[in-house]
Amino acid sequence: MLGIFLIGTLIISSLLFFNKNKWVNYSLVGLFVVILWIFGIYEYQHQNLTQFIFFKSDSLGLLLLLALCFIAAPVLFHAFRYIEAHNVDETPHSRGLFFAAMVLLIAACCAAYLSNHIAVTWFFVEITTLSASALIYHHRNIRALEGVWKYVFICAISITFIYIGILFLSLALKGAGVEDMSIDSIREHYDKLNLFWLKLSFLFIFTGFTAKLGLVPMYTAGIDAKDKAPAPAGALLASGLMNLGFIGIYRMYAVMAHTPLHSWANTVIVIAALLSVFVATVYMTRIKNIKRMFAYSGIEHMGLVMLGLAAGGIGVYAAILHIVLHTLIKPALFLQFNQVYWVFQSKSIYDVGNYFKYNKTGAIVVFLGFLSATGMPPSGLFISEFMIFQSLFQAHYILILLGVMLLLTMIIWGFGSNIFKLLFTPPISIDESKIPHISPWESLTQYILLATSVYLAYNPPAGFVTLIQDAVKLIQ
Amino acid sequence: MTDILLIALAMSLLYMSIANRLYTYLRILILQGIILFGATYLTLTNLNIINLLLIMLETIVFKAFAVPWFMNYIIKRNKITREAEPYLPNFVSLIIVTMIIVSAIILSSSIKDQNLDKTFFVVALSMLFTGLYMIVSRKKIITHVIGYLVIENGVFVLSLAVGNEMPMLVNLGIMLDIFASVLILGIFFNKIGDVINDPDVNILSHLKD
Repeated sequence: MLGIFLIGTLIISSLLFFNKNKWVNYSLVGLFVVILWIFGIYEYQHQNLTQFIFFKSDSLGLLLLLALCFIAAPVLFHAFRYIEAHNVDETPHSRGLFFAAMVLLIAACCAAYLSNHIAVTWFFVEITTLSASALIYHHRNIRALEGVWKYVFICAISITFIYIGILFLSLALKGAGVEDMSIDSIREHYDKLNLFWLKLSFLFIFTGFTAKLGLVPMYTAGIDAKDKAPAPAGALLASGLMNLGFIGIYRMYAVMAHTPLHSWANTVIVIAALLSVFVATVYMTRIKNIKRMFAYSGIEHMGLVMLGLAAGGIGVYAAILHIVLHTLIKPALFLQFNQVYWVFQSKSIYDVGNYFKYNKTGAIVVFLGFLSATGMPPSGLFISEFMIFQSLFQAHYILILLGVMLLLTMIIWGFGSNIFKLLFTPPISIDESKIPHISPWESLTQYILLATSVYLAYNPPAGFVTLIQDAVKLIQ
Repeated sequence: MTDILLIALAMSLLYMSIANRLYTYLRILILQGIILFGATYLTLTNLNIINLLLIMLETIVFKAFAVPWFMNYIIKRNKITREAEPYLPNFVSLIIVTMIIVSAIILSSSIKDQNLDKTFFVVALSMLFTGLYMIVSRKKIITHVIGYLVIENGVFVLSLAVGNEMPMLVNLGIMLDIFASVLILGIFFNKIGDVINDPDVNILSHLKD
């Protein structure tokens, strides 16, 4: 099935690239969504099935795959609205390239989730960089060029770092006499690995994947990318692509967790996570660009996820739950941003205001999205954040816990003051006659995404809980 | 013989740290490409002939000729000034690069592993950090790319050290090379030249908070 999916994706994306007809284009995108869903369901029904030697549908890969399948349809629908509704300078070629890159990005993420071989994951990370850069450069202006240049350059360095990590890992395996570099084989032989090389390898692989995950030190590329990419593409970059970084780090950490280097790895992760939350706080309290604010909120959440992972215990469960819920919530905010931009024609907080007056349904989405993203009840993230704090407490990281809580309070203040300005304060100058009418139906998918996140957190289906528990077992 | 080549590679880094003109950088890149070509031939003795030929072809064609030639073309086309414009004086750069190499040697002396030839490790690590240093200490975008290419050459040296046992990793390294050359140079550097005339990082520094 994986083979059919990948070949199907390649055919669809090349047809999208060459096709000039609008309706053929949209039918192809629809066909891709159908194939993606069939693929997701098939993999769910065939858990732990090894395919093409290098791929295995394990629980963590499946969770993230299903989350991506779930958001793919709304994202592609809003991409269609984005291209159709308010962009006069779209050409058949730019539209084709946009959707081809979108399809390729989703498929590469899916394949990377299921990959059971670190080098294969690495290969698909390269593909995501390629397709993401086409999305970021969609508008072909100098600012988009700047965004894409920074993204490509930092991602190229991060990919090189991962490659160096793989080389060191091969040295660690060489000492153990292991030839097979699949994750399962590495985990089986963890007691024979050379610890010095393993340490270096983890450091490089971790640093490399932070570019995708959005952690200090390499988070910068992702911020510019999410800002300059069209909002539907930004939604994908802020969810599916960040999860790719998470799965890379998680798989490597699962090896480290069984070796004597476990507490050292925890220290590395805690430092990166704390710095990430700190950086997010600094920017979110003074930021004036709404899209970048959403992007920095992602940095904060990834910091929390990593803290949960390092704290261990219930924190690992909470980290996985948190990342799945974040995958649902962040796209809702990014997709809603499209409508905000249609109303105000600006990303700056200085130019917006009184959104409740111009688009009621959309404003409620923004408000609920804000509650969800800051982890206030009834947000699903409230549950996972609470569990992460609990695990930090149990692991005796009391000072870290206090620091993080203080930083989160400041983030809520910064995030809230911008969102309430957007929703309630009248804008300084606005020509109301130019505001387009926005159908309430355009916000339906965002409501579904937010509602699902609440449902999954408060009343998780048994299958969902089992998948998370299986993923946790890789570490504990 | 391999050791001589690797030491020459490390020496080229020192020369790079005091080089003033962009063309000197390109010449050093060509030299590094040729050295890597030789080192590949001498090191990868256990590989099958087709794979070895492919790898050697890549080093000589991509690393030694195509990429430097293309950069030369870009410098001429975009009329980039020939001065490298470092933020720090050359003497300080020389000291920093020397310190990078010395620390790599000290670090490698702490490794007790029979599986790795330490010369490879020292040279690879020095190239990696010198490349990073070049990226942060030079002003022009093109020198950033040159810094990245130095990192890549360093990584290639490291992959040679494990290449006999795991040829797949060397092939992956080649993929990385082609990926970076095509993506960074081919598409975007070309585009940057189209949009702005003097590619200098100051022009690309508007995206901030």
